[in-house]
Amino acid sequence: MDNRSPGAEKGSQSDSALSESYPSRDTESREAAISGVQEERQALMDGLYGRYKAKTRQIRGLAALTQLAILVLSLGLWEIAGRSKWIDPLLFSYPSKIMELIYSMASDGSLWPHVGATVGETIAGFLLGTLFGTALAALLWWFPFVSRVLDPYLVVLNSMPKVALGPIFIVALGPGLLSIVAITLMVTVIITTINIYNRFREIDSGYIKVVRLFGASRAQLFRMVILPGSFPVMIATLKVNVGLAWIGVIVGEFLVAKIGLGYQIIYGFQVFNFTLVLSSLVVIGVVATIMYQLVAALERRLTEGWRER
Amino acid sequence: MNEPVMSLKDVSHVYVNDKGASLALENIHLDIAPGEFVSLVGPSGCGKTTLLSLLAGLFPPTLGSVTVGGRSVQGPSPAVGYMLQQDFLFPWRTIRDNAAIGLEIAGRRNEKTMAAVDHWLGELGLEGNGGRYPHELSGGMRQRVALARTLVTEPDVLLLDEPFSALDLHIKLQLEDLVQHTLARLGKTAVLVTHDLAEAAAMSDRVIVLGKGPGHIRREVSIAEPIRQAPPTEARRMAQFQSVFDQLWAEFNDGDGKGGDQHG
Repeated sequence: MDNRSPGAEKGSQSDSALSESYPSRDTESREAAISGVQEERQALMDGLYGRYKAKTRQIRGLAALTQLAILVLSLGLWEIAGRSKWIDPLLFSYPSKIMELIYSMASDGSLWPHVGATVGETIAGFLLGTLFGTALAALLWWFPFVSRVLDPYLVVLNSMPKVALGPIFIVALGPGLLSIVAITLMVTVIITTINIYNRFREIDSGYIKVVRLFGASRAQLFRMVILPGSFPVMIATLKVNVGLAWIGVIVGEFLVAKIGLGYQIIYGFQVFNFTLVLSSLVVIGVVATIMYQLVAALERRLTEGWRER
Repeated sequence: MNEPVMSLKDVSHVYVNDKGASLALENIHLDIAPGEFVSLVGPSGCGKTTLLSLLAGLFPPTLGSVTVGGRSVQGPSPAVGYMLQQDFLFPWRTIRDNAAIGLEIAGRRNEKTMAAVDHWLGELGLEGNGGRYPHELSGGMRQRVALARTLVTEPDVLLLDEPFSALDLHIKLQLEDLVQHTLARLGKTAVLVTHDLAEAAAMSDRVIVLGKGPGHIRREVSIAEPIRQAPPTEARRMAQFQSVFDQLWAEFNDGDGKGGDQHG
């Protein structure tokens, strides 16, 4: 059997075995005569590969250049329009003024408590949303009858704009951090539940059969198959929830906060300081992008090597 | 014949769903002796896989009784191993952890049983692959991991549900040899479901031809001793093999034409 197994292995990787065996057989039999041909072939392939790489590099460079040009042009135009009063600088401000404000707030330290509060609420919101959503999905999976009963309610809740529940939370939980996190949770939890529960049900029945045939209990089935099999979807949901959580947090801060980037926007609006409004937007844009990229990097790390057929 | 290790008595099975009830199997009598290799062949929809599922205890028969090892089947048990058409290795587990999943479920994963896992991986030509992930392996290798996963829990009988049908021809032949050799060496009883008549003839001691509408046993064909003894790849080249194949072929074609009328 031991002689057979390596053979079986080679055979099972027949594609690579074939493409390798042709040239090597040639070289064995006609080594001298073929060496020139081989170099020629290598040169041809190297040339083609080089051209392919040069072309993709060119396209990448061109795209980056265009992106930069759009940014510089629009910022430049905005700056000129603001400074020469083509647009009302009180309403629309302009980039250098915005950057100046951000810089001064960053250096005197008044920016950071706002960033800290908003980022903290967002992280709490999307982590709790993903966690509770997964727990709810597990509940629905464990009790199919519950899932059947709750189905229409989930559909209604999902179609509803959840931030509309904001006032109710504020009354119930008081105007503060708790309400903001609750609103954020509401925005993320339903869609998380639906996405993850759907994934639970889409797990290939063959995998379920494998563990059932070994006599697995329902808890073992969940722990060994359903949960790990849904892992990539859970991470992807985390990524979606980062974006949703920002909506929840900013709206929550609009409604109740005394601190945070959303609060700054509302405050700037009330005192007619649109430079403050726009600089808060810029900070949100930067922080939200960083957060998204971090979660995306986490996703790549965690799902490395994880590949479905 | 010895006391049968698996037996079905008066077994009928009805599937019920939203569309209605359909009769999949009717009045099946089947005894399988210890160490025997039996194949089930028949057209699609003849209840081959239903029969295998009943033996595995995935669901109880509507009527009749199913016994394995002298005891009535009450659900999946470690005494019965099952190999599916696809390997269904878990992509997030290494090969070693995939092969050990049956042990984990039974709460028997420990150093000693893991040594058995490594032994089986080596025995099936997968030495040094224990730390790799399924997607790094070819189809034939993956199906061998699935075989290791089934054998590690030391089942008395093996149920093979078309385990070779998704493979390329020459890997399929190699694996047929490997499976038959391994099972014969261990003296395991096996039931193979297949739609490949040559595979059934080359691997088995006995071939059961099923007919459909509803599923019933049409005929049993006993395979001659020399073909039984030879590894499947060699059996296919033997002089007597063609006549066995022709016999099954005739039975099979007959079944398509008349089977329905007789029972319809």
